[in-house]
Amino acid sequence: MTSAILPDAEATLAVLADKMRGAIAHDARLIGIYSGGAWLAERLAGMLDGEHPVGYIDVSFYRDDYAQKGLRAKLETTTLPFEVAGSRIVLVDDVLYTGRSVRAAINELFDYGRPEAIELAVLIDRGGRELPIEATYVGARLAVARDLSIVLQRHLDGGLELSVEQAGGAAGA
Amino acid sequence: MRNPQLNAAGRLQHLLTLEELPADIVNRILDTAVPFVSVAERDVKKVPLLRGKTVFNLFFENSTRTRTTFEIAAKRLSADVINLNIGVSSTTKGETLLDTVDNLVAMNADMFIVRHGQSGAPHLIAQHLSATGRAHIHVVNAGDGRHGHPTQGLLDLFTIRHYKHDFRRLTVAIVGDVLHSRVARSLIHGLTTLGTPEVRVIAPQTLLPTAVESLGVHVYHDMRAGLSGCDVVVMLRLQNERMKGSLLPSAGEFFKHYGLTAEKLQLAKPDAIVMHPGPMNRGVEIDSAVADGKHSVILPQVTFGIAVRMAVMSMLAGN
Amino acid sequence: MKIEIRNGRVVDPGQGIDRKASLYIAAGKIAAVGEAPEGWHANRVLDAAGLIVCPGLIDASARLREPGFEYKATLESEVAAAVAGGVTRLACPPDTDPPLDEPGLVEMLKHRARSLNQAHVYPIGALTVGLKGETITEMGELTEAGCIAFSHADAALVDTQVMLRALQYAATFGYRVWLRPQDVHLARGGVAHDGEVATRLGLPAIPSFAETIALETIFDLVRATGVHVHLARLSTHDGVARVRAAKKAGLPVTCDVAIHHVHLCDVDIGWFNSHCHLVPPLRGLRDRAALRAGLADGTIDLICSDHTPVDDDAKQLPFAEAEPGATGLELLLPLTLKWAQEDGLPLVTALARITAEPARALGLAAGQLRIGDDADVCVFDPDARWIVEPAALKSQGKNTPFLGVELAGRVRYTLVGGQIVHEGA
Repeated sequence: MTSAILPDAEATLAVLADKMRGAIAHDARLIGIYSGGAWLAERLAGMLDGEHPVGYIDVSFYRDDYAQKGLRAKLETTTLPFEVAGSRIVLVDDVLYTGRSVRAAINELFDYGRPEAIELAVLIDRGGRELPIEATYVGARLAVARDLSIVLQRHLDGGLELSVEQAGGAAGA
Repeated sequence: MRNPQLNAAGRLQHLLTLEELPADIVNRILDTAVPFVSVAERDVKKVPLLRGKTVFNLFFENSTRTRTTFEIAAKRLSADVINLNIGVSSTTKGETLLDTVDNLVAMNADMFIVRHGQSGAPHLIAQHLSATGRAHIHVVNAGDGRHGHPTQGLLDLFTIRHYKHDFRRLTVAIVGDVLHSRVARSLIHGLTTLGTPEVRVIAPQTLLPTAVESLGVHVYHDMRAGLSGCDVVVMLRLQNERMKGSLLPSAGEFFKHYGLTAEKLQLAKPDAIVMHPGPMNRGVEIDSAVADGKHSVILPQVTFGIAVRMAVMSMLAGN
Repeated sequence: MKIEIRNGRVVDPGQGIDRKASLYIAAGKIAAVGEAPEGWHANRVLDAAGLIVCPGLIDASARLREPGFEYKATLESEVAAAVAGGVTRLACPPDTDPPLDEPGLVEMLKHRARSLNQAHVYPIGALTVGLKGETITEMGELTEAGCIAFSHADAALVDTQVMLRALQYAATFGYRVWLRPQDVHLARGGVAHDGEVATRLGLPAIPSFAETIALETIFDLVRATGVHVHLARLSTHDGVARVRAAKKAGLPVTCDVAIHHVHLCDVDIGWFNSHCHLVPPLRGLRDRAALRAGLADGTIDLICSDHTPVDDDAKQLPFAEAEPGATGLELLLPLTLKWAQEDGLPLVTALARITAEPARALGLAAGQLRIGDDADVCVFDPDARWIVEPAALKSQGKNTPFLGVELAGRVRYTLVGGQIVHEGA
């Protein structure tokens, strides 16, 4: 797949923000899944109207492939500077694929408290679901071969870019 | 000789000692411990990583403290934990160490946390498991004789890194009964592995092992000279049975020469931290004022200890 | 029975012989070397082409575990191991259970060994009753029963007054005394050499001066009593130097080293390998070098196997708790050859340490291939390589740090008194 077919990340982010503006709860908390979702959540907070506190979640301790793959090398710390209990939350991730990362994130969030509601916002939905999970807000949909990975990168100036890589055998998002 | 702690792929299979543990693995354990510190601060202090796994605390030597921290760590990883105080069970009936291990393996053990009074016991168990086709069962050394206490060494490293950040600028002093101390040996290996330029041991000759310099330390008999300019002061516990007799004349004389007081601490750097593996003998190795004072990080060590043990156990179980 | 050992390389250190020759045996004795005796007609010819023909090896210390430790090994298995290793005569230390402090026990042991008709067994009697270090034994009775010397094995002989009296008594009657130079207090609780390795591994340790302090004590007592003392199992650099000085000063002392100490040092303990738990402990590189130099220049008279079969259960324990000792009867020859080859020593010098010299130290008229000597012969292939593994050892003791190691030197034939007691592949 050539990059000509990949959508522009910044443009897609703008589309996503448009869909979310006015639709999400006015007091929704944005929780980004490391690392791509975290960058997106930060950006969205600035693009949406109103106050939307941002939190970050690392799902490594809740993944379902620990038995096969062990702990990932790079771990971040889940940082949620607000109460989860009773909150309306929008989980943010870069690529929605099998749905397993989102499942892990939801399980982790419930260990922090019982949220009032959770919605899901993703930059790219590439299909290939292995669990019954759907995004509430989608920037763009894409069909991608199974052996390829869609990766979001952040440049030094903060600019976001999508690219394609050979899958390293990693379970999808 | 292949490092018995690493599997064929070079990943951590057991944690037996900090000797010959590559720096990148040590750093990875410390990095992995960071998010586990936050888990302890949540309401639900559990993550599901070791769900369905059975961890046996195999303690041949009594230690409520260490056993409890391992138990807490394992339970926070959602493991099932069984505690075995062997002093009062099978071995007194004559069952060998390895027979005890074999029986527990038959009960579907996934991980053994082993504390033993003899150096080398965890190595023996790990080697036995490999030799009998049970290489998937992990062994964590919770203290073997005088040899090593790697999780203590790691939590000490984590504590130092938390407060001081870069090992390569530090002067660290370890004070007290180094001869009998597995804590000291592990910490020395960890510090030298991570590039600490100046590691000092401060003790009378009776409490220093032969050729201790070969571990990469400088020896001081004079505590004041040894504390001068230190960033980190680690006080070792002096056990009761050492306090009288041919090693030392009395606890009082030990405190006079080698006890940490506020006055002696002033010789270290103004922002020096004071550590102790616990339990403390107040007034023997350390003054109460110092133990409870602003330089002391003794209580945070305990918190970090649980996170480090969670990191070790989850790294092993995932390999 | 007339036996001809044909075309071998005959190496007899006691006579300084090293040449291709045939050996002729008749009526259990050496009949001739080189030229066949007149009217010679062999009943059996052994082809020794490419092989070495030397006197049967003499092992100055091998534990046979009888009486008392039959679950570890028995006379049958260990004497079979001896001849499989080319050993035709061996001395066993008195630390059996009960110790060899009564004539009856000694007689029984000798009788048992004789009836097996393999290697000759020479019991070394206990110096004190029960090896308790308090009362001296009836050395006269024990000698009559068959003891060739008296020792304290590895048991502590704490009271120097008792040691003095025992040596005086032995000197009176000309008995030989074997003593292990180790200060019991400095060695207490120690299981490894006091150095970098023990410090790193956290093992209780025995300093080198535990050996030298004991050596000096023994030297002074030898000077005072005139008794001949054989120092058993030297292990330190300084110890070798002290013995060298003592011999130079004319003291009647001899000494030995165990074969494992010729090759290994404390670093070989690795990660607590209990097969390396030995008494005395494996020491440092400098000590090993000094032991080898001592063997080369004759300061150390002989090498023994210090054969000590230990059952697996007693070794599969944490290092300090594991029972010390290694199996050695079948390794004495290949390991001696390995030492000789590594240090570039002539075969005749190396083999002296396990033939003529032990004979001298034990006071035996053996260890050589003179005409009229008992035909105790070892025929071996110096180039045959084999891997040390349990199945390859006849001894019940499979405990050795050399497990899995390939060694060169395999015995083809062992003869005792002109009888073939071992034929190997």
